[in-house]
Amino acid sequence: MSAVGQLGAASQSAAPPPVERSGRRMTAYLLLLPGGLWLLLFFVVPLVSLLAASLYDPNGSIENGFSMTWHWQNFGTTMADYWRPFGRSLWYALLTTAFCLLLGYPLAYAIAMRAGRWKNLMLALVIAPFFTSFLIRTLSWKMLLSDNGFVVDALQWLRILGPDGRLLATTAAVVTGLTYNFLPFMVLPLYASLEKIDRRLIEAGGDLFAGPVTTFRTVTLPLSMPGVVAGTLLTFIPAAGDYINAQLLGTPKQRMIGNDIQRLFAAGAYPTAAALSVTLMAAIVVLVLIYVRRSGTEELV
Amino acid sequence: MTRFGRFIARNFVLVLGFVVLLYLFAPIVVVMLMSFNAPKSRLSYTFDGFTVDNWLHPCRPFGLCDAVSTSLRIGLLATVVATALGTLMAFAMVRHRFRGRSATNLFIFLPMASPEIVLGSSLLALFVSSGFGGRLGFWTILIAHVMFCLSFVVVTVKARLAGMDSRLEQAAMDLYANEWQTFWRVTFPLVFPGILAAALLSFSLSFDDFIITNLNAGTTVTFPMYVWGSAQRDIPPQINVIGTAMFLLALIFVLAGELGRRRRERTRS
Repeated sequence: MSAVGQLGAASQSAAPPPVERSGRRMTAYLLLLPGGLWLLLFFVVPLVSLLAASLYDPNGSIENGFSMTWHWQNFGTTMADYWRPFGRSLWYALLTTAFCLLLGYPLAYAIAMRAGRWKNLMLALVIAPFFTSFLIRTLSWKMLLSDNGFVVDALQWLRILGPDGRLLATTAAVVTGLTYNFLPFMVLPLYASLEKIDRRLIEAGGDLFAGPVTTFRTVTLPLSMPGVVAGTLLTFIPAAGDYINAQLLGTPKQRMIGNDIQRLFAAGAYPTAAALSVTLMAAIVVLVLIYVRRSGTEELV
Repeated sequence: MTRFGRFIARNFVLVLGFVVLLYLFAPIVVVMLMSFNAPKSRLSYTFDGFTVDNWLHPCRPFGLCDAVSTSLRIGLLATVVATALGTLMAFAMVRHRFRGRSATNLFIFLPMASPEIVLGSSLLALFVSSGFGGRLGFWTILIAHVMFCLSFVVVTVKARLAGMDSRLEQAAMDLYANEWQTFWRVTFPLVFPGILAAALLSFSLSFDDFIITNLNAGTTVTFPMYVWGSAQRDIPPQINVIGTAMFLLALIFVLAGELGRRRRERTRS
């Protein structure tokens, strides 16, 4: 979890060490070998076999086996069938990222700038929810948002919800759950980059007669952009692939692409499921590349 | 404006931050509360009555404790392997300069930037196509968990290493320590908190993982899979007991670490 926060931090502080003798260089390769092999065998090779599986003959089955027929049409047919949950996933992930930024920025700012000696405690509190299982927390949202729960009662009393209005089994519930689950992934990188800002720059803004709002807009916000970029990526990517929130807090109308991929794999429809999975990965890679390029912070890793 | 109003205005961001923290904690309060629930019916989502029975008999629901023990075993093994391999990689990345360094960096970052459903489904595609489709279970879960924990370990240890003052090691060498002594007496103790943090992170990632595990588990049931299964039928309150106990254990761990850090700082100053 602190790892996520340090994503941005690690890159800039780690200047490459000086050029080395060839013996030391061999040591580097030896150190990388076991972990690198693991990633190669169980991350890269699987991606290749996923791509291969997406091109299998869709008429195969687990019993009779699948044959490789370079069936590129799989991508077309799956998109025709599943473009709705696919678009919905990206839309929910976008909403989630926006809400996480809206909620996470004030919290990260409060911890980095205002918390004083409570800084470490507040950071620990941000990480603490991780220690109760993701699923159990999502289930307790199901209870909090249930029709006779106090959140619905309060919103009905405030006339925000109609007397028959409900939260559970709506888009709002799914996005609330997603926002909740991925909020720490937004807060930690934001905190890491806000923490590093030289306070004197902010004071200088005030000295030059900028109001707090102008100082924030022209000094603090631009300087925290690496955190914003890292945080939005770390929220958007897992949110787009999630299906737990849609399953537990929504109805089939809120179904996300993850629900379908999981269901199709479980049913043994490998070519279709693999094609959907490859499309999701490709869409995310393209979106991330565009986003990183436009926001101008390629120094992310 | 009242004094209270002025306080709120001056500390607006701090107040906002606390409200967001409340949002983060609301479900945990529910989990704690529900661990003392005596549900009237099997499909009850309301608090029906107080009991400590669930805490006294956490293993009563069939299969729950087996699932917890499976998760613990996988979590511990995955943590050991991922922490060892990841720490080696972190040392290579920070302490050495070699051809392909930035490509390696990207390669390590990619698994963290891939959605779990893609990681899980590609592993399943590999296992099925290489003939392991019928032998999914403990070992395939373990392989998957080491894979996704590895990158997080590298990043965590790397951050600790990069923030370390390398002059300390140079000083040790100046004082005639050889490389081996320098490593074990100076480098390792300084990096250790980073390794510990990475191990804790790995364990909690592994213990909590559902999406990747669910695709590669075969008939093996981990704790998150047990929770998922029971969410479709009835949710035994004992699940909340396990959730609360995990949370309290982690909290004690974090608080002890923080206290230790404060004490060390006081003795130093």
